[in-house]
Amino acid sequence: MALSEIPVGASAVVASLDLPGEVGDHLMHLGFLPDASIAVLRRAPAGDPTVYRIEGAEIALRRETACHIQVRPRSIAEAQVPA
Amino acid sequence: MSCHTTGTATLLEERLPKNAPPRGRFRTVALIGPPNSGKSTLFNRLTGLRQKVANYPGVTVEQHSGRMSGIHRNDLTLIDLPGIYSLSAYSEDARVAVDVLKGQMPGTPRPDAVLVVLDALNLSRQLMLAGPILALGLPTMVLLNMADLMESRGGVVDPLALAQELGRPVALISAAKGTGMDAIERFLNQQSGHHGEAKPALPVLPVQLPVLQNPGECRRWAAQVSSRTKYKAPASPLWTRRLDSVLLHRVWGPLIFLAVVITTFQVVFTIGQPVSDWMGDALTVLGERLAQHIPIPWLQALLQDGIWHGVQAVLVFLPQILLLFLFIGVLEDSGYLARAALIADRLMRSIGLNGKAFIPLLSAYACAVPAIMATRTIENKRDRLATILVAPFMTCSARLPIYTLIITAFIPNRPVLGSLIGLRACVMLSLYVLGFAAALATARLLKSSVLKASSAPFVLELPQYRWPTVRSLGLRLYDRSSLFLKKAGTVILGVSFVLWVLSILPIHGGHLSELTNSVIGRVGHWVEPVLRPLGFNWKIGIGLLSSIIAREVIVGTLGTLYGVDPHTQSLTLQAALRHDMTIGGAIALVVFFAFAMQCTSTLAVVRRETNSIKWPIIQFCYMSSLAYVAALITNQVLSRLL
Repeated sequence: MALSEIPVGASAVVASLDLPGEVGDHLMHLGFLPDASIAVLRRAPAGDPTVYRIEGAEIALRRETACHIQVRPRSIAEAQVPA
Repeated sequence: MSCHTTGTATLLEERLPKNAPPRGRFRTVALIGPPNSGKSTLFNRLTGLRQKVANYPGVTVEQHSGRMSGIHRNDLTLIDLPGIYSLSAYSEDARVAVDVLKGQMPGTPRPDAVLVVLDALNLSRQLMLAGPILALGLPTMVLLNMADLMESRGGVVDPLALAQELGRPVALISAAKGTGMDAIERFLNQQSGHHGEAKPALPVLPVQLPVLQNPGECRRWAAQVSSRTKYKAPASPLWTRRLDSVLLHRVWGPLIFLAVVITTFQVVFTIGQPVSDWMGDALTVLGERLAQHIPIPWLQALLQDGIWHGVQAVLVFLPQILLLFLFIGVLEDSGYLARAALIADRLMRSIGLNGKAFIPLLSAYACAVPAIMATRTIENKRDRLATILVAPFMTCSARLPIYTLIITAFIPNRPVLGSLIGLRACVMLSLYVLGFAAALATARLLKSSVLKASSAPFVLELPQYRWPTVRSLGLRLYDRSSLFLKKAGTVILGVSFVLWVLSILPIHGGHLSELTNSVIGRVGHWVEPVLRPLGFNWKIGIGLLSSIIAREVIVGTLGTLYGVDPHTQSLTLQAALRHDMTIGGAIALVVFFAFAMQCTSTLAVVRRETNSIKWPIIQFCYMSSLAYVAALITNQVLSRLL
């Protein structure tokens, strides 16, 4: 499932990034790494970009970027730790 | 706060020359940290120098440096490196930082010590940057900023455990409040062998550090370090979320954004205008009083008509410029500007740019020069070039003097839309909109032709809301006003003087020339046929020529020209203009200024940032032709309508 499909208010876990080298690298340094918890906070007034909470920071991504980030649902164990 | 041991003994010791250790070698300290770690605030604190402090990620793109006078170490130079998330060369910012730290940056010595600033509120993520920096092996101190906020929100960190884990000294500081500065001083003294603490530099403990370029390794390492040192992140601030649910609301968000922009302009006019008027009157009276004490008539004429008038005409705009910068400063420092980028992204994307271009373009409302420098945070080369090329269309503060002059002279202050907004503020706002529209259209044109490219990913960090500090706003205003006054005192003074001399030359039989027969009058008359269809007379022509140096120069020039003309000498500049121009020509003049590239500093920065002479030339020709055509249309249409 792509990150862009997660509704506002829900959270997930990053599975993989299929973005070209430098872009992917930059996002990973911002915390978009496999197994990181991510919460969908809100969308911009125009509906895009979307604000995500990851590693304690709030980061906005466009849909065109978020759709290349694969996520999986959080397991019960992971769900006990807030994103 | 300076010496740990006091008394005359230490003072004497300081004065005595010491043979060991070689202090001359220890000169440069680098300051590095991720965006929003409070790095700029700390830089201001340590150097006492002025520098922009903002919440927008990556506003610090220029390499700033200053003497560390804040901790009484004037012998040390502090280099402020760009705010970056990693040392991997994704952006130009990161490349600059790596080059400086490795001593590969031409003109910058390799730093003798490094201060890494991290946001204590979010330590585990911030450590990902610290790891690769520590791996460079320079003497490094890790500073956990906003420690006071972290503690008050229930966060816990053990600096000693962290120091052991990192093998480097760690200190808790608050750059905003100025606490913990003594620890930085002690570290630097130890490193440089200052104050008799000639201990060798702290032994750098062998610590297992992650591979420089691998984010996965970095992350694992950072997580291990923060869990081993029992770091507990503070509760996330409810305020930021609550504010965002209103300020980024689907309906309220854009409305509040619009209200903020309109309020800014309205206040600049309703408060700034009377203060400017008062200042102008005071300066006129002062000039006349001072002139009475000058016995030599030609010297009196030179000082009063040639210099005082020209400089005064520009000085009176200081209150408005300061008010505008105060507003932009509050928006930037509070964190709202990043939200503005989020709201604007959709709009910016429709013209082929991204929300990040919105911040440089918004700063271009103050001045295009820092705005063009700020475009370095835009990773995509083509997006960056497009932003550089459209930035000078935004209404910079140098346009305010001529706008205000023409508006107050020609536009009655009638209320529009009930009493919501005055007609003058309304005209001013339209000029801002005009510049913005030209920028949008140009960007669209560029992105659909020469600068076509796949869109760069838009990654924007939203910082937590903060109260802007009086200190940081004060430094910003001081910086702006001194820049402005320096310009008024040098360039504009010089131009006013030269113009005055040219307006009395040549001298025939001991008599000075009449303005129309003077050198300047002849040049003006020579260009007049080209400008006549725009509704400009030869004096405006001289003003336009002189303002190629800087836009605000035109007001000084007109002040001088109308001041030496016997027909208009007794009138105020506004009355003289009303006497000399039609409303069509006046509006055409401000429209000309909305589009024209009248700024050599901007051209110089564009040349430097694009590393080519081609782009500034194209930009100058494009903007000048656009200005001419738009002014022509404005005058022709208005003179038929009104």
